[in-house]
Amino acid sequence: MLLIKCPWCGERAETEFSYGGEAGIKRPLEPDKLTDEEWADYLFNRSNPKGAHHELWNHAGGCRRWFEAERDTVTYRIAVTREL
Amino acid sequence: MKKYSALSLVRNALGHNRHWQPAWRKPAPKQEYDVVVVGGGGHGLATAYYLAKEHGIRNVAVLEKGWVGGGNTGRNTTIVRSNYLWTEASLLYEKSMQLWEGLSQELNYNVMFSQRGVYNLGHNLQDMRDIERRVSANRLNGIDAEVVGPAEISKAIPLLDTSASARYPVLGASLQRRAGVARHDAVAWGFARAADALGVDIIEQCEVTGIRRNGGRVVGVETTRGNVVANKVAVVVAGHASVLAEMAGMRLPIESHPLQAFVSEPLKPALDTVVMSGAVHGYISQSDKGELVIGAGIDAYNGYGQRGSFQTIEHTMEAIVALFPSFSRVRMLRQWGGIVDVCPDACPIISKTPVDGLYFNCGWGTGGFKATPGSGWAFAHTIARDQPHELNAPFSLQRFVSGALIDEHGAAAVAH
Ligand SMILES: Cc1cc2nc3c(=O)[nH]c(=O)nc-3n(C[C@H](O)[C@H](O)[C@H](O)COP(=O)(O)OP(=O)(O)OC[C@H]3O[C@@H](n4cnc5c(N)ncnc54)[C@H](O)[C@@H]3O)c2cc1C
Ligand SMILES: [Zn+2]
Repeated sequence: MLLIKCPWCGERAETEFSYGGEAGIKRPLEPDKLTDEEWADYLFNRSNPKGAHHELWNHAGGCRRWFEAERDTVTYRIAVTREL
Repeated sequence: MKKYSALSLVRNALGHNRHWQPAWRKPAPKQEYDVVVVGGGGHGLATAYYLAKEHGIRNVAVLEKGWVGGGNTGRNTTIVRSNYLWTEASLLYEKSMQLWEGLSQELNYNVMFSQRGVYNLGHNLQDMRDIERRVSANRLNGIDAEVVGPAEISKAIPLLDTSASARYPVLGASLQRRAGVARHDAVAWGFARAADALGVDIIEQCEVTGIRRNGGRVVGVETTRGNVVANKVAVVVAGHASVLAEMAGMRLPIESHPLQAFVSEPLKPALDTVVMSGAVHGYISQSDKGELVIGAGIDAYNGYGQRGSFQTIEHTMEAIVALFPSFSRVRMLRQWGGIVDVCPDACPIISKTPVDGLYFNCGWGTGGFKATPGSGWAFAHTIARDQPHELNAPFSLQRFVSGALIDEHGAAAVAH
């Protein structure tokens, strides 16, 4: 089990958290101006890297706040977590 | 290829088993191939086999970074069924089922396909409505399916807790009698041997590190054993699909997750069918060696580590013990993980790509073992003709742009 450091509550067990997937995906401000390909890329495509991953977690069983983490998808080591 | 038969068994036994031929050659990569298949799992090997067998394309290499079948193929819990909900998915998995039914003869290799039936349990009213709907949809597509009630279930699976006091009462189940299990390693080895016999080069310990393009066309691959020129490149690397896509400047609608499985110490025969429960979230069968084979869901986070978290193990065991209280004292022998390539609609991608001559087969997630022969068959067609077969046309990358997704979460989620 991972030990995850919530930026507000400190280190807690992974079971207190829920995973939010890739971070930094911004909803396009003017969806009407996008092509279908661009919209599909926003909706479905993910970078899914093998290595450093920039991702979202929610401290669901604690303060219930969202935060960002840099986690390695091979070693699962979390380099840093920070407030959104 | 020397044919395997009862006679060859006897003859080799008399020779103290010292004269068996290796099942496939170990050639060095040639400089050039008509088709390079990246990934020596079941799907890649089946693709190469059907390219040679059905389309006469024999100048083919399968490049595998580790050993044949060492990915999800050799790590899965081997459930084979075709009772998906939507017509597109049902027909694709049913094509595979029909190939399974003749596969040992076709490959001259015993893949130990055992049609022992698969029960998908329903524990509440909504489960039962979904089961009725799926069974009806299956029948309309000519796929065997039936709804069975608690009395019949408890007769067929005496150790399952069907009592009214069960934490998750069993209200019924769908049953596909033609479904079952197969020996995963044998599927990889059987396809490897049969493809090799048709001239396919199977090259292990050869990792693809780059996809070479010229203009909008693929021209070959870079590997840890040198560059290889190829007219067409077919990528079938399951959990590593996004890594290979990046080499070709593409992005995929896929995320890789750890998926774990377990086997227990061997027991005397206790369970002669496959039992799955989406609601309690676990599934179980018993191998021919007597081990209980157990699995459940993915770990939530992205992971390429071939291992997951402890709470997933606990969750899986809770589900199994809730269904089969008498298994509570069985000890687990082994636990492992694979890397599954999860698609937003829980359906695969078997597709051409924006790069000419480059094809991708991925997104099978937690449930692609059952599709191994059908996937290879349809992918070979797509590569050979440079256009999909009607069975896999709905499974193109384009569906994420058009919006024509095939939502199989209900039939695919914990049910592998
Ligand atoms: C624990 C578990 C349980 C499962 N249970 C079931 C089940 O009960 N029923 C079912 O139908 N499905 C099940 N599945 C899913 C099933 O195993 C897969 O969908 C299927 O085996 C995928 O086959 P494949 O040949 O595409 O992938 P793999 O067998 O993973 O083959 C891909 C190969 O590509 C190779 N590769 C990767 N990158 C490179 C590279 N750069 N160069 C060269 N080679 C590369 C890998 O080493 C690997 O051998 C399960 C999966 C897991 C992990
Ligand atoms: Zn917190």
